[in-house]
Amino acid sequence: MLNLSIAEALDALAARKFSAVELTDAHIAAVEALNPRLNAFITVTADLAREQAKAADAARHAGDAPALSGIPIAMKDLFCTEGVRTTAGSKILSPFVPPYESTVSAKLKAAGAVMLGKANLDEFAMGSSNITSAYGVVENPWQREDGAKLVPGGSSGGSAAAVAARMAMGATGTDTGGSIRQPASFTGIAGIKPTYGRCSRFGIVAFASSLDQAGPMARTVEDCAILLGAMSGFDARDSTSADQPVPDFRAACAHGVKGLRIGIPSEYRVDGMAPEIEKLWQAGIDWLKRAGAEIVDVSLPHTKYGLPVYYIVAPAEASSNLARYDGVRFGARVEGEDLIDLYERTRAAGFGAEVKRRIMIGTYVLSAGYYDAYYLRAQKVRALMLRDFNEAFAKVDAILTPTAPSAAFAIGEKMDDPVTMYLNDVFTVPSNLAGVPAMSVPAGLDARGLPLGLQVIGRHFDEETVFAVAGALERAAGFTALPSVCAGAKS
Amino acid sequence: MSYTIEGATGPWELVIGLEVHAQVISKSKLFSGAATDFGSEPNTQVSFVDAGFPGMLPVINRECVAQAVRTGLGLNARINLVSRFDRKNYFYADLPQGYQISQYEHPIVGMGTIDIELESGETRSIGITRLHLEQDAGKSMHDQHATKSLIDLNRSGVALMEIVSEPDLRTPEEAGAYIRKLRTILRYLGTCDGNMDEGSMRADVNVSVRKAGEDFRTRCEIKNVNSIRFVMQAIEAEARRQVDIWESGGEVRQETRLFDPARGETRSMRSKEDAHDYRYFPEPDLLPLVLDEAWIATLKTQLPELPDEKRARLMHEFGLSAYESAIFVMEQVTADFFETVAKGRDAKQVANWMLGDFFAALNRTGRSIENSPVSAADLGALLDLISDSTINGKIAKEVLEIMVETGETPDAIVEARGLRQVTDTGAIDAAIDRVVAANPDKLAEYKSGKDKLFGFFVGQVMKAMAGKGNPALVNEALKAKIGAPAG
Repeated sequence: MLNLSIAEALDALAARKFSAVELTDAHIAAVEALNPRLNAFITVTADLAREQAKAADAARHAGDAPALSGIPIAMKDLFCTEGVRTTAGSKILSPFVPPYESTVSAKLKAAGAVMLGKANLDEFAMGSSNITSAYGVVENPWQREDGAKLVPGGSSGGSAAAVAARMAMGATGTDTGGSIRQPASFTGIAGIKPTYGRCSRFGIVAFASSLDQAGPMARTVEDCAILLGAMSGFDARDSTSADQPVPDFRAACAHGVKGLRIGIPSEYRVDGMAPEIEKLWQAGIDWLKRAGAEIVDVSLPHTKYGLPVYYIVAPAEASSNLARYDGVRFGARVEGEDLIDLYERTRAAGFGAEVKRRIMIGTYVLSAGYYDAYYLRAQKVRALMLRDFNEAFAKVDAILTPTAPSAAFAIGEKMDDPVTMYLNDVFTVPSNLAGVPAMSVPAGLDARGLPLGLQVIGRHFDEETVFAVAGALERAAGFTALPSVCAGAKS
Repeated sequence: MSYTIEGATGPWELVIGLEVHAQVISKSKLFSGAATDFGSEPNTQVSFVDAGFPGMLPVINRECVAQAVRTGLGLNARINLVSRFDRKNYFYADLPQGYQISQYEHPIVGMGTIDIELESGETRSIGITRLHLEQDAGKSMHDQHATKSLIDLNRSGVALMEIVSEPDLRTPEEAGAYIRKLRTILRYLGTCDGNMDEGSMRADVNVSVRKAGEDFRTRCEIKNVNSIRFVMQAIEAEARRQVDIWESGGEVRQETRLFDPARGETRSMRSKEDAHDYRYFPEPDLLPLVLDEAWIATLKTQLPELPDEKRARLMHEFGLSAYESAIFVMEQVTADFFETVAKGRDAKQVANWMLGDFFAALNRTGRSIENSPVSAADLGALLDLISDSTINGKIAKEVLEIMVETGETPDAIVEARGLRQVTDTGAIDAAIDRVVAANPDKLAEYKSGKDKLFGFFVGQVMKAMAGKGNPALVNEALKAKIGAPAG
């Protein structure tokens, strides 16, 4: 039961092969067995999940089975959930129980999804390893042959680990610079960052408003499509949410790539890229060619500025977005002599080192005298990167790249220098900066048995083509490997 | 422009610019659905957006945008079809988000003008630099508790228009006239109630001084002045302070100051060096505000007649003087009252009555035109009684007094108290006979050429008739009886 895809489970539920309660109980048992080790969930909501599963069964009996009726999922702990503690992976929100529900989680609830709990993440979604969480590191269910414990990637590392280890059938993530795709790649699952504006940001704890985008993570491309269908749609409460129709993403997965033009950007062949990554990329190109796509060389000349631009824009917005965590109205507070002292003590105790680093960077780049040199220039380069994509998409229907420059690394590696860590996002940040949809598909294993993903980037609001290409890659790759820590493998 | 401050080194000119913060009249806040009523219980009009809760996002209130556009149109200003919101970042307990959403580089309204009228009768055109929309902060109360400050977030997120003038003002009087005129325009438009007592209009005042012909010298900004009188006092106090500094060989430092009305002086709040670095950047939660030209055109056609147009029309249509019409247009209700009464009547007479006895009666009873005890219809009816000779002007003044006191209609008062004018020539003749008979000596003097005594006889006859005699008929009959005065 735990190894089923969402699509298979929906069929089985419809055929009454098992109930939503049974499906949920199996997943709760998996969470209870594996979470103490993997730490994928900050908060487990077993009772709530059973209630929701019961309600899903009752609704199905009454003839009402919405798109995700009875499907147990993990909710990244960045989505505010009414009555369920929401921490954003930070100490400063440790006592915070939102009195409201994020639009995305509300839509999933309305679609009948069952929430197993709140998934661990890097603090305020700032990180590529899940090491910055105030609630402990998440362990990747995949193990390296040397036995080292690996990071699941980040920031949606808890979501990725939960899905990969079969604790949840799917999960929500958010992606500001790669936070869905990189952990998906590190844990051998699929994940899509949709077009900026596709999913409402209302009720999602903000990291960098102009980059943040919610998306699904699941074990198959089709499951991502099913989840995204339920998560998407215009929301009047988010001014940047797009008033666009939600197409049939699921149907798009089977469209195939015959006649599609797939762009290969030369700029993504970065120095020192692992030969295995290079090899996998070539395999992807061959698969798509064989499936009837035309491969076209494209140029995204400003790619090399992606990381510097990202590490100016994202901290700038974050430094402002995180100003509200001041201990005055909600969250943790450390009392002080006066107001300023209260601010300083609260924020010193409440934020971790990486969050503080980014607040400092963001404050610096927005300061008088530095704004023009950093923030303004970054915005100009960002506009050029968008132009790069628009020009490329005049020639091709989608772009294929690796998702990350390496497989998952060990907990403790890449820790000495934050810049080394930031390099993880080199292939993923450009699509956030341009707002285009991008998806990671598990495509193979490296020499040490670790999963690697390929990334498909599409035009604005053309997730359908992304799903079509990702679907073709998935079929060609035939990725069936299981992580070493995996609930489904035993059953 | 003769106003100067006399220093030891001669006269100094003033250069004044005003930033007026006007609270927008709207049912809900600029970026949330919370209500905006003044005087509600603390923290009862606060949404999660206003309180800066995690994951909350601003959504622009269309009506607030319309109000800003209407105001821009009313100030003859350019409406920017594309404007943008920025974040102004600073920490304070009554600023829940840690930033204020404002418009920094691209305001919704650009250059405009306001014509102000001065007591000398001169009119000056004052430039408007810009108008932008921004959200208000909450209110900190430091005097409610021994050791704590209390925060009321009801005002947090309420829409403000910041209206910035060019440094075109040269005297405290002009600054006062500018704020009054701006307030009148905002009230006509229905975009701000202009109530400075309740804080729905506040001014930041920029002041510098210079010698004639010089460029601008360093200015100081006096924050949050909340009455027109204080604005004028603050300007004068600040200008004198600056003159003293310059003349004693010092240098005025650019800084933010506060006006202390009790001491009549300004004092330093923070210097330029201590100024906040607000780290403005474009608000990523909001798209650029793009306005539709057709929508603006529609708003324009729906604008009410504005004070300047109304004033010109009152002068042209009713033959009023510039002074009279200026007074009537100050408040829309006054102008409406005048027009209602003047319709089909002698407008000049209506103006005289309103500016004279009617306003005097309102002042005396502490009423305003909104809650006047005398309706426009009743005042009109009173004037009609004069025109059709039912009563004379003197009696009419008495009737007005009774109307103010009792709220009765003039007809009822005249009937009930028998104040109807006497036009019966028999009664007039009889009264004349009685007066002449009682004053043989005065008659003799009159006959011998003391013409001035004719007025004495008119007065005595009117008195004998309890004031109700028709003045023209009394005059005529008296002439027939004792002869017209020779002069």
